Amino acid sequence: MDETRIQDRGEAGTLDPAAAPDERRPAPRARLQGGVGQPIHHDSGPKHVTGEARYIDDEPELPGTLQVFIAMSPRANARILRIDLASVRAAPGVVCALGAGDVPGVNDYSPVFGDDPIFAETHVHYVGQPIFAVAAPDLRTARRAAALARVDYEDAAAPALSIDEALAAADEAGEDLLPAHEMRLGDAGGAIDAAPHVVRGRVETGGQDHFYLEGQIAYAIPGEDGDVLVRSSTQHPSEVQHNVAKALGRPDNAVTIEVRRMGGGFGGKESQPALFAAVCAMVAVRTGRPAKCRLDRDDDMEMTGKRHEMRTDYRVGHDGEGRILGAEFLQAVRCGYSKDLSGAIADRAMFHADNAYDLKAVRIRSRRLKTNTVSNTAFRGFGGPQGMVAIERAMDRIAFDLRLDPLDVRKRNFYAAMGTPTPGTTPYHMAVEDCVVAEIVDELEASSDYRARRAAVASFNAASPVLKKGLALTPVKFGISFTTSHLNQAGALVHVYKDGSVHLNHGGTEMGQGLFTKVAQVVAEEFQIDVSDVKITATTTAKVPNTSATAASSGSDLNGMAAQAAARTIKERLIDYAVGRYDVAREAVEFAPGRVRVGTKEMRFRDLVGEAYLARVSLSSTGFYATPGIAYDRESASGRPFYYFAYGAACSEVVIDTLTGENRLLRADILHDVGRSLNPALDLGQIEGGFIQGMGWLTMEELWWDKAGRLRTHAPSTYKIPTANDRPDDLRVRLWDRGRNPAATIFRSKAVGEPPFMLALSVFSALGDAVLAAGEGRRFPELDAPATPERILAAVRAVREP
Amino acid sequence: MMAPIRFILNGQERAVEGLAPTTTVLQYLRGTECLTGTKEGCAEGDCGACTVLVEEPDGAGGLRRRSMNACILFLPALHGRSVETVEHLASAEGLHPVQRAMVERHASQCGFCTPGFAMQLYAGWRMGALSDRQSVKDAVSGNLCRCTGYGPIVDAGLDLAGCPTPDTRGEDAARAEALTALRGAGVFRYEAGGAAWLAPSHVDELADTYAAHPAATLVAGATDVGLWVTKQHRDFETMIDVSRVHDLRHVEEGPESLFFGAAVTHAEARARLAELHPDLGEVMRRFAGCQVRNAGTVGGNIANGSPIGDLPPALIALDATLYLRQGEAVRRLPLEDYFLEYGRQDRREGEFVVAVEVPLLKPDDRFSASKISKRMDSDISAVLAAFKLGFADGRVASARLAFGGMAGTPKRAAGAEAALVGRPFDAAAVRDATEALAGDFRPLSDMRATTDYRLAAAAACLERFRLQLAGVPTRIGEVA
Repeated sequence: MDETRIQDRGEAGTLDPAAAPDERRPAPRARLQGGVGQPIHHDSGPKHVTGEARYIDDEPELPGTLQVFIAMSPRANARILRIDLASVRAAPGVVCALGAGDVPGVNDYSPVFGDDPIFAETHVHYVGQPIFAVAAPDLRTARRAAALARVDYEDAAAPALSIDEALAAADEAGEDLLPAHEMRLGDAGGAIDAAPHVVRGRVETGGQDHFYLEGQIAYAIPGEDGDVLVRSSTQHPSEVQHNVAKALGRPDNAVTIEVRRMGGGFGGKESQPALFAAVCAMVAVRTGRPAKCRLDRDDDMEMTGKRHEMRTDYRVGHDGEGRILGAEFLQAVRCGYSKDLSGAIADRAMFHADNAYDLKAVRIRSRRLKTNTVSNTAFRGFGGPQGMVAIERAMDRIAFDLRLDPLDVRKRNFYAAMGTPTPGTTPYHMAVEDCVVAEIVDELEASSDYRARRAAVASFNAASPVLKKGLALTPVKFGISFTTSHLNQAGALVHVYKDGSVHLNHGGTEMGQGLFTKVAQVVAEEFQIDVSDVKITATTTAKVPNTSATAASSGSDLNGMAAQAAARTIKERLIDYAVGRYDVAREAVEFAPGRVRVGTKEMRFRDLVGEAYLARVSLSSTGFYATPGIAYDRESASGRPFYYFAYGAACSEVVIDTLTGENRLLRADILHDVGRSLNPALDLGQIEGGFIQGMGWLTMEELWWDKAGRLRTHAPSTYKIPTANDRPDDLRVRLWDRGRNPAATIFRSKAVGEPPFMLALSVFSALGDAVLAAGEGRRFPELDAPATPERILAAVRAVREP
Repeated sequence: MMAPIRFILNGQERAVEGLAPTTTVLQYLRGTECLTGTKEGCAEGDCGACTVLVEEPDGAGGLRRRSMNACILFLPALHGRSVETVEHLASAEGLHPVQRAMVERHASQCGFCTPGFAMQLYAGWRMGALSDRQSVKDAVSGNLCRCTGYGPIVDAGLDLAGCPTPDTRGEDAARAEALTALRGAGVFRYEAGGAAWLAPSHVDELADTYAAHPAATLVAGATDVGLWVTKQHRDFETMIDVSRVHDLRHVEEGPESLFFGAAVTHAEARARLAELHPDLGEVMRRFAGCQVRNAGTVGGNIANGSPIGDLPPALIALDATLYLRQGEAVRRLPLEDYFLEYGRQDRREGEFVVAVEVPLLKPDDRFSASKISKRMDSDISAVLAAFKLGFADGRVASARLAFGGMAGTPKRAAGAEAALVGRPFDAAAVRDATEALAGDFRPLSDMRATTDYRLAAAAACLERFRLQLAGVPTRIGEVA
């Protein structure tokens, strides 16, 4: 008889502690199954491959569920003269139609600035902006009814679409979307003017659609008292909760947001999902019926924000041997129609203008521009990738000027290695004390056989008139922490049930990155139980409140720590109990794989738990974590915004066709620092996936708007993300085996979500190298991203001009 | 006579009525059957998240297996066929080898694309298409994954390729028999919600059916018509399914030409064309994804008159002849004459494409085809260039330069052809032809390419042809 199962208040509770003694003897084991550091598969792997893993659209719909269609603006910049939804509401099957006037609370779903109306009121700012919503028992009815609306527009000024148009509009208005910002270290202008050599240039990078395979979706279930439960495919449940409450005119406690998993996020489900959650919550509360809002791919791509396009003008002075003396950057960021997260994203672009290089004296200016396009938003790297492009172009340009190998120029400029008494200082005045980039690059240079391949590429090019190869090895240094310091906090909730099984919940969300698996490994490690004994549960605002987005690569850093704290609290209570019960010293209580030693006695975890329960010990705890030691003063653009840096490097070899500009990645070697990996298999997956996604951004993914401001690449037929054939067969990804985080992170691991994305800059640089070869090395290749066949051909033609 | 749609779903017979003919298989699986493992990623056949395996009798006592995109497959198209979904892969003994390999290889991250990959790899394996790494990549080039970077998926596919395929000939024969019985004889007719779906079995039945319903929409693989429904939300009163007209499914070899029946799929046509013209085989390898090539047909690619279809320019360069039929009357015309202007073809009311005849090359003919697109695989061409030059005495005796993406229709470059004929095919001739191209075409600027790039790429393809004949490597795909 299991004594912890005795619920009875009477005589039935007769115990027989001697029952099944064999079962109670723990089996000595060397190792846990699924402890920290083990390459276990994603917890949902078997469910993914069988189709059992449920996404929001897979949950059975409740009877009476309404489908919600959101009608979008066909104009990019127009005043709304009239919105008449009478015929929509009168259409057969329509249950309700909501416009701006029907929002019970605040008509806004923005994360910060209050400038993202759920439904446009008096003005539309981009093609695709939501105007109103229609709910009907099926989507077809809702969509058809929406077409009956009468909306009269009067076009305002021609839409500003490009960076040039946005600059012109901003200058005319005397105002940018967000105030310009500046970072300064030393006297950059003076240093450059005094430098013996100066290079300058301009580089543009395009936007990028997230193309999460699961589109935006929310499902709202009305409750009592006007409360609502919303299943939302979101990386930021707390913010969705707040925005839904705000729209409903209700306190946050009336709204619960739940998400078990997303079919990809990549930043696109940070601020954007609030719109769909708010719309279907309003429908649900108003009608008393469950409501689902699932976007089809085209509507999703037209309605939701993307990676920011950016243009950087750079001017860099060096000493004639490639050592940088000073650098200036002017970044022009295309934000779209509203502020969303653009301020922080543009800031992060500035934070990464140095990439891994000690620039000595720097000035970075940033302008945040309004365009009549969808409001750009978070995307893996959060501005960092865009920020790094210019300094990497500058490295290649310096090498071109000096006829040096670009790798040698890069190596001359790295931040000093960890342990140096005189660490370099970032443009935001933070000492770089954990730099391992030189070590990583040296190791990769050797393992990728860089020098020999450089020679081989040269001989190939000498013998090949049409096809030209290029090679590049580039580093990544990426700052880890939310640069908005207060976001660096997390909570967790751990229950240990009296049979020893564990229920884990935390504020992080699972979008495929394996966060749930990693945090479960942390909890398993703390309790020294198999990871299969830890039940991973859906993220819900009802269990862990006030969470930050699962973003900034911080998921396992923050939530791993919070879950560890919760587990440790329970563990301490168990130790307290054992010390008292068995009269041993605290040190004599030890959690070993699958068992607990208490003095000379050994027992199973579940038996200790069962005893503690009977002794009325609380077996549930929250855990909380706040990243220590970070502080940043944006006013003076100085401080320590990052807890630590993640490092990596990649070497890419490409071939281009100088007739057509077609190009292909032939081989890539990657060495990346994840500290002490929590799960090497998941980390390798993040690295490879991030690299290929970055390659897509830099080579083929192109957003194209027509003159009227309509996005014409709004489905996979026109917007091309990499396929299996774009990945080189020869892709060698390794975790840096000497990696160990000097910062006290969870088991000394390092964040891995975003940093590998920027390893793809090696592909971009290698393409430039191939174009350089096409021009016999006479001219520096001007190349913008995405380096489509068309752009590469134009660059080839430019370097071949006499 | 009105009948339900009879098919086999995961081994169980179904008879469906009352759902509109334009209901997609994906909608049916998710909505009616609650089989939610099959996902919608794009609803246009470009991401593969909805991949299912479709089987039908192969006419030889066995089964013809094809993976298809359920998102653009209409439910009545399942009549007399069998469909297998991801839920049916694992058995009581546990995961299928492809599923096990995918878990062990860490081939899923967010998992949303994963069932589609599992089904596509499984289908490729059952179809005998998986051997080496390249074959696995080609099998999944119509499946998009945004998380993994594909490496572990391809590794899992290779693991599967190493597993012996089961001998199911006995079960296949039984299944084929059952499906033949479900299908019944004559024209299958399904009606619901005021719309009708007619599926003849013979070309004569098709001719009669179309003559009786000349306003009907012809559907073959629905890789285009499917999008008219899922993207343009159009309604159709009557649809005629030509995909089961078996006399349109033959590839016939004549002494001087090949005949492709209109309902021959791209996958089937490629198998034959790639042997004759490796270039064209490569173009067709890159033409859409596997699932679309398994469904889409030669006749469909021609009949819908798209200016960016990949086959018409290649076939025009090869001097193909189109066969059309209206009632009893058969008409033949040079393929290039079929395309009148953007959106308008020389197809009369009630007339349908029967076949296309593609002449074989003569000993002194040289042929080349190039597809230029932003992404190598499964992308719509910015430019499709196909050239056939006949040589005599070291000079160009005849030239057929055909292009897609350069005009409102697939079209020959008359000026450039004239610039080549009668001269050696050398750099000077290509230069003159390039100049002439600018007079032949004024292509659009759009999301795929600008006018200038299209002209430049078109000329580059011709230069590539010259270099190819001179033995100079010009294909990035061939670089190690």
